[in-house]
Amino acid sequence: MTVGDKGYAQRPEPATPTEDTVLEVDGLQVAFPSEDGLVRAVRGVSYRLERGAGLGIVGESGSGKSVTALAVMGLLPAAAKVTGSVRYRGSELLGLSDTRLSDIRGSGIAMIFQDPMTSLNPVHTVGAQIIEGLLRHNPDMSKRAARDRAVELLGTVGIPHPDRRADSYPHELSGGMRQRVVIAIAMANDPAVIIADEPTTALDVTVQAQVLEALETAREETGAALVLITHDLGVVAGHTDRVAVMYAGRVVESGTVEELFYEPRMPYTLGLLGSMPRMDRDDDRLTPIAGSPPSLLNLPPGCPFAPRCPMREDRCDRDEPSLHVVDAGGHRSACHFADRLVGMEAGAVFEATGADNESLARLARSDSEASSEASFEASSETAAEATAESESANDMNGSTDGTYGKGSR
Amino acid sequence: MTETTEATGAMDGERPPEEREFTVVERTQAQLVLRRFLRHRAAMISLVIFVLIVLWAFIGPHLWHYSYQKYTPDNSQPPSAKHPFGTNSAGYDSYAQVMRGTQTSLKVAILIALGSTFVGAVWGAVAGFYRGVVDAVMMRISDLVLTLPLLAIALVISSRTGGSWYWIALVIAGLTWAYVSRVVRSTVLSLREKEFVEAARALGASDARIIFRHLLPNSLGPIFVNATILVATGILTETALSFLGFGVQPPDTSLGLLVSQAQTAVDTRPWLFYIPGAFIIAIALTINFIGDGLRDAFDPRQQRVRQ
Amino acid sequence: MLAYAVRRVLVSIPVLIASTFIVFLVVVNAGDPVANFATSRNPAPSKAAVAAFARHLHADQPVVQRYWNWIVGVLHGQWGPSVEPNLDIGHDLLTRFRVTVVLVVASMLVALVLAVVFGVYSAVRQYSASDYAITFAGFLFLAMPVFWFAVLLKQAGIWLNQQTGSTFLGTIGDRSPYLDVNTFGNQVSDRIGHLILPVITLALVSFASWTRYTRASMLEVLGSDYVRLARAKGIRRGKVLTHHALRTALIPLATVTALDVAQLLGGVVITETIFQWHGLGEMLVQSVSKVDVYRTMAWLLLSAAIVIVFNLIADLLYAVLDPRIRYD
Repeated sequence: MTVGDKGYAQRPEPATPTEDTVLEVDGLQVAFPSEDGLVRAVRGVSYRLERGAGLGIVGESGSGKSVTALAVMGLLPAAAKVTGSVRYRGSELLGLSDTRLSDIRGSGIAMIFQDPMTSLNPVHTVGAQIIEGLLRHNPDMSKRAARDRAVELLGTVGIPHPDRRADSYPHELSGGMRQRVVIAIAMANDPAVIIADEPTTALDVTVQAQVLEALETAREETGAALVLITHDLGVVAGHTDRVAVMYAGRVVESGTVEELFYEPRMPYTLGLLGSMPRMDRDDDRLTPIAGSPPSLLNLPPGCPFAPRCPMREDRCDRDEPSLHVVDAGGHRSACHFADRLVGMEAGAVFEATGADNESLARLARSDSEASSEASFEASSETAAEATAESESANDMNGSTDGTYGKGSR
Repeated sequence: MTETTEATGAMDGERPPEEREFTVVERTQAQLVLRRFLRHRAAMISLVIFVLIVLWAFIGPHLWHYSYQKYTPDNSQPPSAKHPFGTNSAGYDSYAQVMRGTQTSLKVAILIALGSTFVGAVWGAVAGFYRGVVDAVMMRISDLVLTLPLLAIALVISSRTGGSWYWIALVIAGLTWAYVSRVVRSTVLSLREKEFVEAARALGASDARIIFRHLLPNSLGPIFVNATILVATGILTETALSFLGFGVQPPDTSLGLLVSQAQTAVDTRPWLFYIPGAFIIAIALTINFIGDGLRDAFDPRQQRVRQ
Repeated sequence: MLAYAVRRVLVSIPVLIASTFIVFLVVVNAGDPVANFATSRNPAPSKAAVAAFARHLHADQPVVQRYWNWIVGVLHGQWGPSVEPNLDIGHDLLTRFRVTVVLVVASMLVALVLAVVFGVYSAVRQYSASDYAITFAGFLFLAMPVFWFAVLLKQAGIWLNQQTGSTFLGTIGDRSPYLDVNTFGNQVSDRIGHLILPVITLALVSFASWTRYTRASMLEVLGSDYVRLARAKGIRRGKVLTHHALRTALIPLATVTALDVAQLLGGVVITETIFQWHGLGEMLVQSVSKVDVYRTMAWLLLSAAIVIVFNLIADLLYAVLDPRIRYD
């Protein structure tokens, strides 16, 4: 996959917000209280999104990508402590009442979630769920007009026979079709920003490209800026112009797609690229990153990537590097030794693996970790399955009220 | 599980990364469950109270200077130092009677829990393990038992068996094991597809060994939770039967019988009514909290995620 | 769906036959009404009278034949002989069923409304002080023996009547034996007055168990992806609660309710005993203590039929409320 094949302008990020800035996140921090202490899920994330731009956010599970997105939407649980700033078209969202936020959600900023199998309400038709969003932000719209618009939207995202499909329940559609419905809901009110949180992760590989196509169509129709959250670098390459790499709740490198792919300045990015099979290179070896991300509970001082980093030096255990500009055009990296990485290949930094059994086993392990996050579900949930599940769930839980047989009343 | 880091060759093969972040202390499933249970405050307090009640009911009668079946010269005395729970109109010491009643009710409840848990767990495990015709036949029998109305059958049988505590327990256990069998069966159905069962079978383990060494131990979570529900069901059913006059018969006594005997004396001798009632509530309440704690401890999916 | 319903009813017939046969065996062997008749009368009845009584109860026939005759009789509307002289079991059953239905339906409605209100509130305010209070109250009510609470409530009712000098709260039966002013309004208020205490008694346990159920179900739905998506669409909290969360969370509650109501319709033995209602519960206690085989069997058949019908209703309700479930 080549970079920039969608023809987006690879423009540098302007130094100050302009009137074209639709979304600006500044020093965002999110922490969750837990029984063991404060979990700092997001530790200072900043980004800016111009009208119509595309930003990819990449990282492993638990790096804070989704939490950042939910914080922007104001949809985190009440216990979450959110600080920093989120500005939509220049006005601050953090601290707004839920009612005021509701006016912006769906009309200004829309969101697409990871798992289409569970994103739609099973008891309402897909048409009704689109209409609900339409009428919420267009109270003057007639029911008839809303219905026509819903059908039109379903057609736009590539659902065949949209007029009939509007009356379908979610369980009657495949995963890919359901995700198209979710995209239709997101684009319904012509939002300025669409945040897509791993929109294809839960789908079959064969369907992923089609759903991304539908997402592109939605962007073209609405002119919305896109925040694409993913752990798939390939997806980012084709659909966004800037990328931010997140690790342990922070952005550790950001820049244009080209800068990140060809001149990464952070060992973690390098590791991510090295662990990805690529068609555009002749590499015959993959370089995995050993270990797993640190716990965000009581994070030790120093660079959070240091324990996994082949370039680690003593300084890394003391100071956490800040995200600093590493070359012209807004390419930033949070590594003390960003300069050393100029012109480095992943294979030179990380140990390359051949096709020996040990490495295969290691790959298999990291694969299963990835899929546990993705949670693949069976493509069609039949009525019989649903009943069986609910029955066995009842059985597993035993009595719901602490006694069996209610004769003794 | 201990994860070891591969010493990935750093830039020049120097300083392999230390293992500090990657060693995870090994914890067995049982330790995890215990840790989660110990953290459940309501369950822990309940466990302490429940154990104290059990000890009091079984050891107390040997230490107390009145017997539950001996008259004292004091009639209808309110609680005092001499008779902490007062006396009834016939002069029985209520403290001794409540102790005896608690003991009987607990014996019934615990026998119900043990009996129906054992039968139900084995029944459910065998049905779930063999599936097919065996499962179908065994589960239809369970279903049949479930259609029998608990209190009605208990009434009919107890009216004949004359009020010994173990008969009451056996009758109730004979009607409640089917609930356990359904729970265990559905657990076993999901377990039997797991790798460790396949591995055991590949190693040539016998069916009985797989059922008793692999399937049942791994179903302990739901089994324990249901055992607590059965203790609560047992104590409430036994006391209800005794209240209606079909349970434990005088001169023996149970908490239900004591409440029944005191129901006309709520105004005049309230201690006779409130104290045994409070003991029933205390036992059922603590056992339900213990069950709640076990459920959370065994099933982290249902654990309370602070939101 | 109709075909499904018919099939379900047909499938339950063998279960019903097996179940009634077991109970028939148990009841027949639970005691000897003929011996009771022979020994408990003074002067002792003659041998001929005892034999006639045994014949009257079919006690002289083999068990299987008795069971068969009973089934055939029931199909013809004959419920069999009772040990009570001049008691028509069919009529008795119907009269008592009416009494019990009023009590059960009233208390279940009360319990359901309160359970949904408190369960939803508890879920929405998870981990608040009121959530903990509601949860603890639920545990407490489930641990409270019904007979103990009923006796307490009855005493409280008597005390309240004495304090206010009224007789509004009835503590005995489902109505007063006679009314001074027998108008329709008086009749209604008399019936309501008699309902209050038993309804509270009966509603308490269901309320506690259904509140816990609603809370759990609601929490699950509130944490679901589709509620989050609805919020992401901009739908306000209240609307999401009613239109998305409650709508789906109540589906399982509907079936649980149907099954619980079925259990209770079979007889609320303790509540009826304490408040002296002449319902099905009292019928069970009476017929068991008098070893009245056919009266017990009539009770059992009715309660089993109610359970089967309500099981079916619960399943059909599920299909109506949840578009994912379809029976063909």
